[in-house]
Amino acid sequence: MALSREQIAMRVAQELEDGFYVNLGIGIPTLVANYVPKGVEVMMQSENGLLGMGEFPTEETIDPDLINAGKQTVTAATGAAFFSSAESFAMIRGGHVDLTVLGAFEVDQQGNIASWMIPGKLVKGMGGAMDLVAGAENIIVTMTHANKHGQSKILKECTLPLTGAQCIKHVITELALMEIKDGAFHLIERAPGVSVEEIKEKTEADLVIPDNVPEMNV
Amino acid sequence: MSGFNKVVNSYEEALEGFKDNMTVMVGGFGLCGIPEGLIEQVYNMGCKGLTAISNNAGVDGFGLGKWLEKRQISTMIGSYVGENELFEKLLLSGEMEVILTPQGTLAEKIRAGGAGIPAFFTATGFGTKVAEGKETRNIDGRDYVLEPSLTADFALVKAWKADTMGNLIFNKTAMNFNPMMATAGKITVAEVEEIVEPGELDPNFIHTPGIYVQRVIKGNSFEKRIEQRTVKA
Repeated sequence: MALSREQIAMRVAQELEDGFYVNLGIGIPTLVANYVPKGVEVMMQSENGLLGMGEFPTEETIDPDLINAGKQTVTAATGAAFFSSAESFAMIRGGHVDLTVLGAFEVDQQGNIASWMIPGKLVKGMGGAMDLVAGAENIIVTMTHANKHGQSKILKECTLPLTGAQCIKHVITELALMEIKDGAFHLIERAPGVSVEEIKEKTEADLVIPDNVPEMNV
Repeated sequence: MSGFNKVVNSYEEALEGFKDNMTVMVGGFGLCGIPEGLIEQVYNMGCKGLTAISNNAGVDGFGLGKWLEKRQISTMIGSYVGENELFEKLLLSGEMEVILTPQGTLAEKIRAGGAGIPAFFTATGFGTKVAEGKETRNIDGRDYVLEPSLTADFALVKAWKADTMGNLIFNKTAMNFNPMMATAGKITVAEVEEIVEPGELDPNFIHTPGIYVQRVIKGNSFEKRIEQRTVKA
């Protein structure tokens, strides 16, 4: 069975380590916060100027001056800090964030990522995505393996305008966990009950398949 | 101390000298931490041909969305502008030019502008459309893009508290782009919720020192509209 959005988030959450500073993008990445393993303490960085994002507020504690990068009202966790956008991106660009999780339209085997613009559709802007992919050493991309028409989004070469070049090393889809190295995707884990054949079929990129591909533990 | 008294008593006075075709920075992230009254005043003045530098472009009828109504912006420099139908129309019709800039690069361009640094190299955007036509350089094995800095004729910022000397303190994530913009405006106007006497703000906790701020106005009222009201289930 292909993973649900929640299961993709659960698998990503297994990569969290105690003491990590983490930036989560909008969509599936946001859900990762719900599955932080027991005994692991992480601080969430929100690029609009908050380190230590807490849970959503109540109607009583809601504060228009306290939002996350998705413009949702949030709270500050114990030990949080506020700072300017320049400071925030110094953290990101300077490589101080331990793990970044974000979505994508396409990823290719050179580690290129396209996530901000579809030609012909209205362009809203890249926000902080280009800074995040350029600055972070440890990035996990969460995405669907193929589009609604079954066309692979795991490609030899991205077709859409890039967000960043040669910066992605790990991708988790509803079917597989893959690592990008030496110009190819390497299959690391498969979703429970999903065959290597199915993954192969839905992957346009060069895919290196080891003899044994364990199932994910989700 | 009067030479250091930055307080003005009306929005007209706050924006004296503001004209058509100027470059103006406007603080805020979405609708959080925007100088609502100053935006309203520019709208009332009707100045046109503006180059607006702001992370976002407001929403229909609020924030910079107001300026769009009167076609006041000719060039918009921001990182994420898609919350606004009118914006889309003006963009597609060619009435407005948009220069999309990665958020961290935008923040740093403004910081650098205020700090007297004309340009800087960043890895952000290398190999993408953002780098097209720009100088690049390989430094220690990594590729970087040269990004020129930004300054403005006016910087309109929102702070929580000021003293009469223009020292500013921001509140929570309403800080965002405001402190850098304060440094990058030839004339920086701070719209604040409260003005206190010098000495009442602890010098240890000043975010923006008064040297960057030319005018301070106490805002009439702040609506502080919320874009994504989200509460605990």
